[in-house]
Amino acid sequence: MSHATEAGRVTRVNGPLVEVAGLRGVAALDLIEVGPQAISAEVVSIRDDLLTAEAFEYTGGLCVGDTATTLGRPLSARLGPGLLGGVFDGLLRPLDDGPTWLDPGALTDRRAEARWPFRPAPVDLGTPLAAGALLGTVATAGGFIHRILVPPRVTGPLAWLAAAGPIGEDDAVAIVGDHTVNLYEEWPVRRARPVLARLRPYAPLVTGQRVVDLLFPIAHGATAAVPGGFGTGKTMLLQQIVKWADVEVVVFVGCGERGNELADAMADLSVLRDPTSGASLRERTVVIANTSNMPVMARVASVYTGMTVAEYFRDMGYRVVVLADSTSRWAEALREFSSRSGELPAEEGYPASLSSSLAAFYERAARVTTLGGAEGSVTLIGAVSPAGGDMTEPVTVQTVRYVRCLWSLDRDLAYARHYPAVSWRHSFSFDGATIANWHATEGRLGWAEARARALSLLAETDRLSSIVELVGLGALPAHERIVLLTGRLLREGVLQQSAMSENDAYCSSAKQSALLEMVLAVHDRCLSLVEGGLPASAVEEFDLTAVTRARDETGPDDADGVTRARDELLARIAGEP
Amino acid sequence: MKPGPSGSPAPPELLAPVEFSGATQVGGPLLAIRGVEGVGWDEIALVRLPSGEVRHGLVLEVDGDVAIIEVLEGTSGIDPDLVAVAFEGRPFDIPVGDGWLGRIWNGMGEPLDGGPPMLAPRRRAVSGSPLNPSRRDVPSDPVFTGVSVIDALATLVRGQKLPIFSSAGLPHLDLAAQIAAQASVAGENFKVVVVGMGLTHADAATMREVLETRAASGDLVLVLDTADDPVVQRVLTPRVALTIAEYLAFERDQHVLVVMADVTSYCEAVREVSAARGEVPGRRAYPGYLYSDLASLYERCGRIRGRSGSVTLMPVLTMPGGDVTHPVPDLTGYITEGQIVLSADVHADGIYPPVDVLSTLSRLMRKGVGEGRTRADHMAVANQIIASLARARVARELADLIGAEALTETDRLHLDFEDAFYRDLVHQSADESRSMEDTFARAWGVISTLPERELTMMPAESIAAHYHGSLREGNEPPRSAPDNNDRG
Repeated sequence: MSHATEAGRVTRVNGPLVEVAGLRGVAALDLIEVGPQAISAEVVSIRDDLLTAEAFEYTGGLCVGDTATTLGRPLSARLGPGLLGGVFDGLLRPLDDGPTWLDPGALTDRRAEARWPFRPAPVDLGTPLAAGALLGTVATAGGFIHRILVPPRVTGPLAWLAAAGPIGEDDAVAIVGDHTVNLYEEWPVRRARPVLARLRPYAPLVTGQRVVDLLFPIAHGATAAVPGGFGTGKTMLLQQIVKWADVEVVVFVGCGERGNELADAMADLSVLRDPTSGASLRERTVVIANTSNMPVMARVASVYTGMTVAEYFRDMGYRVVVLADSTSRWAEALREFSSRSGELPAEEGYPASLSSSLAAFYERAARVTTLGGAEGSVTLIGAVSPAGGDMTEPVTVQTVRYVRCLWSLDRDLAYARHYPAVSWRHSFSFDGATIANWHATEGRLGWAEARARALSLLAETDRLSSIVELVGLGALPAHERIVLLTGRLLREGVLQQSAMSENDAYCSSAKQSALLEMVLAVHDRCLSLVEGGLPASAVEEFDLTAVTRARDETGPDDADGVTRARDELLARIAGEP
Repeated sequence: MKPGPSGSPAPPELLAPVEFSGATQVGGPLLAIRGVEGVGWDEIALVRLPSGEVRHGLVLEVDGDVAIIEVLEGTSGIDPDLVAVAFEGRPFDIPVGDGWLGRIWNGMGEPLDGGPPMLAPRRRAVSGSPLNPSRRDVPSDPVFTGVSVIDALATLVRGQKLPIFSSAGLPHLDLAAQIAAQASVAGENFKVVVVGMGLTHADAATMREVLETRAASGDLVLVLDTADDPVVQRVLTPRVALTIAEYLAFERDQHVLVVMADVTSYCEAVREVSAARGEVPGRRAYPGYLYSDLASLYERCGRIRGRSGSVTLMPVLTMPGGDVTHPVPDLTGYITEGQIVLSADVHADGIYPPVDVLSTLSRLMRKGVGEGRTRADHMAVANQIIASLARARVARELADLIGAEALTETDRLHLDFEDAFYRDLVHQSADESRSMEDTFARAWGVISTLPERELTMMPAESIAAHYHGSLREGNEPPRSAPDNNDRG
């Protein structure tokens, strides 16, 4: 593809908004470079001879009359080995190799010189290959197998395949038909990578967080939104999932959030080890960082870049989770630009296209059959930061329409130091039934019933609590008083989880079920005691701290320990006067 | 005002290459000039009036041969036909050096104390550059404010941004000035930059008075923008101060605390300028980019790997009508790492500083306290006090409903604990700087009003070492004698 190389001229600059005249051969959403620092900008509209573009970096000093040239392609990510364990900006330029201060032009999309041990797949020359076929593998840090596949839209007989040995970023690995396949592949970030088929959700993505996995579970390939005002522990919950999600690859998009928090998360991930591979958790994580002081327009790109990286690993047959913190900052970046370019504002100044932009993003998550016939998935979890904690603001409202799970964070719970502060009243999961089936096939037949009982006890507790505030506890019948007691045990012994505790930060599915069963068993025993005539006040005096201590006193996967604690406690209760 | 008074024959500013004359539009802070060439966005412009007065401007937009300039000092008195504008070809910058220390400056970095202007060979753009997040180091050491309630329960950590949320009529400026006057880090280089934004002259004068001693010692930079200064200038003021702070921290290896008040005035200035530019208003008519704008200030704090300095930020803001969902506290809360909340109720009880402890939180505290930093029992002390205060609040609500007589003994003890907490630990005078030893002794004095069995957050060894209440578990004889320091 050849493009006219004739340079255009900048005619207007207003912050990241740049107008250019006289540049031919440019399509909408192509990249251009403007000014002496060759700042990248994305063309958002073309009218007659005039292009409007948004610059990805600070445009200070850019003059009318400065040159503009086209790169002849849309904003693309360079995909290849070396992504895992790295920190990148919104355009997927490595930050690890970058300077301390990010002035315009400080970053390039080239990684530090590295060579990777390529191992060709056993494919004979002349074999007809289609997109998604395996060409070879590269082992990267932590024992991760990076698969090199025939890229989308390429088919033909295998004409040449590189021999085993180290290869670099710019090297070719194969010739398929008349197409040279390089180690690195470029893919336009706004376009979803193709798949053979989308599959229905099936298995849960186990986060190790009880309130999520037990009450509002998420399936591999599904989507979740996490709205919460400041101080409700949004980032903390997302970081817990970064650490413990049962996936092969994690993509964390820090979009307009705090730099210190990111540094802290990186430090944690470097220390924590993956229990199966023994590698540090950082080796399975790609971080896309556009902290709140980095250029706003790269923030728009960052979520698409993160999603593209996730799809790239999905196509190798891996399970991937993308965590975007926070999608509200992304939406604000959209708003900022639409306002500069004089678009008519819709609700609260957001562009009218907000809803379709959100939909296009969330719909890229899926469990799929890849072009190569493998199964892979991208699960998407987006934090939402509602302005003023107002759940009716546009970004929250529009996001909730497109997600399968909602984990609403509640300020009252957070102020009561109940973490994770996921509200059981305002959260939902559409995949509860699917995941119940999965648990049943795994032999946990009682999972669905335990979940249903927990949800109904929590709802009843909320209803009774408001009555108690009016009439006092003493006015309630014994049965209701036991429900209230169980509600407290559920909150303190099951739903609350300490991210700081070695035993409690992660909780296996088996231990989760054991803890919930312990509370339900205690509930049944207490009920039968009051039905046998014991006054509720006597039951309330029981020492039940064993229930609330079990999560912290047994190991992360010690379901048997929980069951022992339950049996001891039940035996003791039976012996109480 | 500037180096080279405008009356002298060839003021240095006017040596700029080309001067354009005649504006096509003047109004509010904006001036449009036609026929310009080679002018870059966000450049500094020098606007010369016929009287010889020189004002400063920033290029807001270049469109063909028209440049739109925001005049920092405002456009009053500018005749469009008689004005001349020169462009400097560089962004708004200031000289950097140690000469800022011990002095008082206005919002543009011009002296307010009668001394000479700041001159130094090196200059830095006030808008700063974003810090590469992968170069950041995790904040992990405390800054001592000498204010017990903050040091004990919401410890400020070097590199953190911890705002004070206040309301009109509360003594937040006194508290800010007190912290600026007495903050320290254990035995290391420490400097303070205080930024007043939109302060009344009376408040500015008080601030100067309180900070006199520290200023005289050469450890303090005071940048004061008063309420009657032009709003465009107010938008630059915190950037001038943060540029000085970054220089001291990252080029001079200092730990720098930046105290800025009042962020609400700053945001109002941003809104006023945005309206003058004709931008689409967002929530409460603040521009949609207010979050990014505030982040461009707040995120300038932190630590950098391999460098010993740090910038710690304490913004002070007043919540209009005490509303925490107002955009200024709301967006601030999303960026900062916790908040210290002042309460009118506590103030009404005559407590200073009137901190609402249950709404107050320092998110980085866990990283900054403990063995080797403050004391091994620090985090447990804070958790215990907060848990017991939460219990006391419930008991207080109950007492309001059914009367204190109907409370259980334990609830009554918690009410006494709450009283002791405000009386002995929180309350201090505005010029009293408490050592950590003193603060810990007071904290344990307060904790010791509770029965030992109520100390559920406290490890046994801390109780053994520091508890001296009379309500020990099972009335056992006192455990091994704690050292004398700990007897409050």
